Amino acid sequence: MSALIEIEGVTKRFGAIVAVDDVTLNIAEGEFFALLGPSGCGKTTLLRLLAGFETPNVGRIRIDGRDQTRVPPHRRPVNMVFQSYALFPHLSVRGNVEYGLKVAGVPPAERRRRVDEVLALVQLEGLADRMPDQLSGGQRQRVALARALVKRPRVVLLDEPLSALDAKLREELRFELSRLQHHLGLTFVMVTHDQDEALALATRCAVMHRGALVQVGTPAELYEFPASRLVAEFIGAVNLFEGRVITDAPDHAVIDLPGEGIRAWLDHGTGLPGVPRLWLAVRPEKMELHKRAGGRPAPRMEGTPPGHNVLAGTIREIAYLGSESVFDVELETGRRVRVIRPNLTHWDQEDFGRDEPVWLGWHAEAAVVLAR
Amino acid sequence: MRGDPLDYGRCWPLRLLLAATLAFLYLPLVVLVAFSFNAGRRVTVWRGFSLEWYERLVRNPELLAALGNSLVVASFATLLSLLLGTLAALALWRFRFPGRIGLERGLALPILVPEICLGVAFLVFFARVVPWPTGLPWPLSLGAIVLAHTSFLFPFVAILVRARLESFNPELEEAARDLGAGTWRALQDVVLPHLKPALLASALLAFTLSLDDFVITFFTAGPDTVTFPVKVYAMVRFSVTPEVNAVSTLLLALTALLAWVGVRLQARLGGRPS
Repeated sequence: MSALIEIEGVTKRFGAIVAVDDVTLNIAEGEFFALLGPSGCGKTTLLRLLAGFETPNVGRIRIDGRDQTRVPPHRRPVNMVFQSYALFPHLSVRGNVEYGLKVAGVPPAERRRRVDEVLALVQLEGLADRMPDQLSGGQRQRVALARALVKRPRVVLLDEPLSALDAKLREELRFELSRLQHHLGLTFVMVTHDQDEALALATRCAVMHRGALVQVGTPAELYEFPASRLVAEFIGAVNLFEGRVITDAPDHAVIDLPGEGIRAWLDHGTGLPGVPRLWLAVRPEKMELHKRAGGRPAPRMEGTPPGHNVLAGTIREIAYLGSESVFDVELETGRRVRVIRPNLTHWDQEDFGRDEPVWLGWHAEAAVVLAR
Repeated sequence: MRGDPLDYGRCWPLRLLLAATLAFLYLPLVVLVAFSFNAGRRVTVWRGFSLEWYERLVRNPELLAALGNSLVVASFATLLSLLLGTLAALALWRFRFPGRIGLERGLALPILVPEICLGVAFLVFFARVVPWPTGLPWPLSLGAIVLAHTSFLFPFVAILVRARLESFNPELEEAARDLGAGTWRALQDVVLPHLKPALLASALLAFTLSLDDFVITFFTAGPDTVTFPVKVYAMVRFSVTPEVNAVSTLLLALTALLAWVGVRLQARLGGRPS
């Protein structure tokens, strides 16, 4: 896999603020890459550095093997879909899509053909003569996309492409984006603060925090094996328990959770030798609920010796979401833990009630150990 | 909207006030226009319809020359102030440089300074500091007036254009650059179309202001560079003849025509909110 985009040690400062801090990243051809992070984390600046609207203070950017660090935006083989779409209000849909070709001096006949082609691709045939203010939000988004695609760039940059749309349309266009990217085999780099969007669309994501890359990986890697509490908490919900390593063998580990007064059993080593203090992260849907009323004993969790990975608690809140239910469980220490149960049958949601005493636990392979 | 106190078309005392105000504003103009078609020489007694005064007007070379001077001065001053004003507005909008705030605030100064002061200032300037050469061929001889007009007109343009730029989405320019346009091309293709209504409005404003400016022109005009308002003033000093009425009617018609064209163009451009 050769890298189409190579970002080497790039730092961008605005006065005293370090917006992008020593980022090194390779993106391969055909990837749908997402830059994910809270607002102000530097992801948009990184995208603007790729587009050429900003120049790095330190480092280099290569696209397709060519150094682009100081190349102005109009000479880069990239095109961008702006957050506001930035459609030219005085030009029709055709005028907007055609603009890039016109500037490049493409003859009118070919221009016409290529615009029609790309409008068909984004399903906007028949709207070519409309003005931007006569279009719906979703249609504008498609025009912005068509305008970026028509020049056949090496890379398409998308700045929060779906953030201005309502939830239903967002989902629809999400599939559309994915289909287009796959169909055209183009490289997409998208900036988003919406983890669902990143997980759903991207082949690979980078989580950014305070200008630096925190973790890069596939959506599944980021979700299942976050490298830090920050990533675990930013992508999805997570229950974190602070602990100390008791035993650390290649095939299992035992961790004392003093806050909860129990021990946790892992079916693998921590991989973090010599780290005295660490955190155990368990996703809500990987937690189990069991009845505790009437003095029922703690269940034994799969893959663990008795008494490990089980906590006593009381259900305080239940949110029924149709496909699943979210439980807010209070432990005896007063700590709250979140548990998600799928509603597999019509009556699953009636299994547990509010203020019901429960056991909650997790399998030996369900938790992730984090050093940071 | 019944009972809205601001709806002054609805209750009669206010209607009366409205009618009186309109009459006060426009009756003199109506009288002026009507008596320009009077057959008699007196400005106060109606003697029947005639185009006599317009015929005299057409045969008055001095007055026509003055009108020509005014139109040429207004055209050049408008073009120059459009250019300078737009550039000033763009610079203030786009760049951060030392003295920017001072410049932005100082821009309105020529509008605030009493015209008489500007007039005297230009008189001294062109007499002592940079004398405008005399005896130049015709359009060039108007240069001093054009420069004087430009200096008090371009702030109007700059202020209007600057205000319009506030509503410009900078992502539009970035989009143009992203699609292959250099800085100039992006300015021309994206920023200027957005500025069109402001450019049109300020051009009309500048043109009319220049056309009927008296004070500054009076101080900068030489004996062979008399503009229309200055000429009319000279004529009125001897007597108010129907000829002056006819001239003023023509000027009125010209201004009205310009305003109408402006409104029409504005409506056409404004139909596409940008």
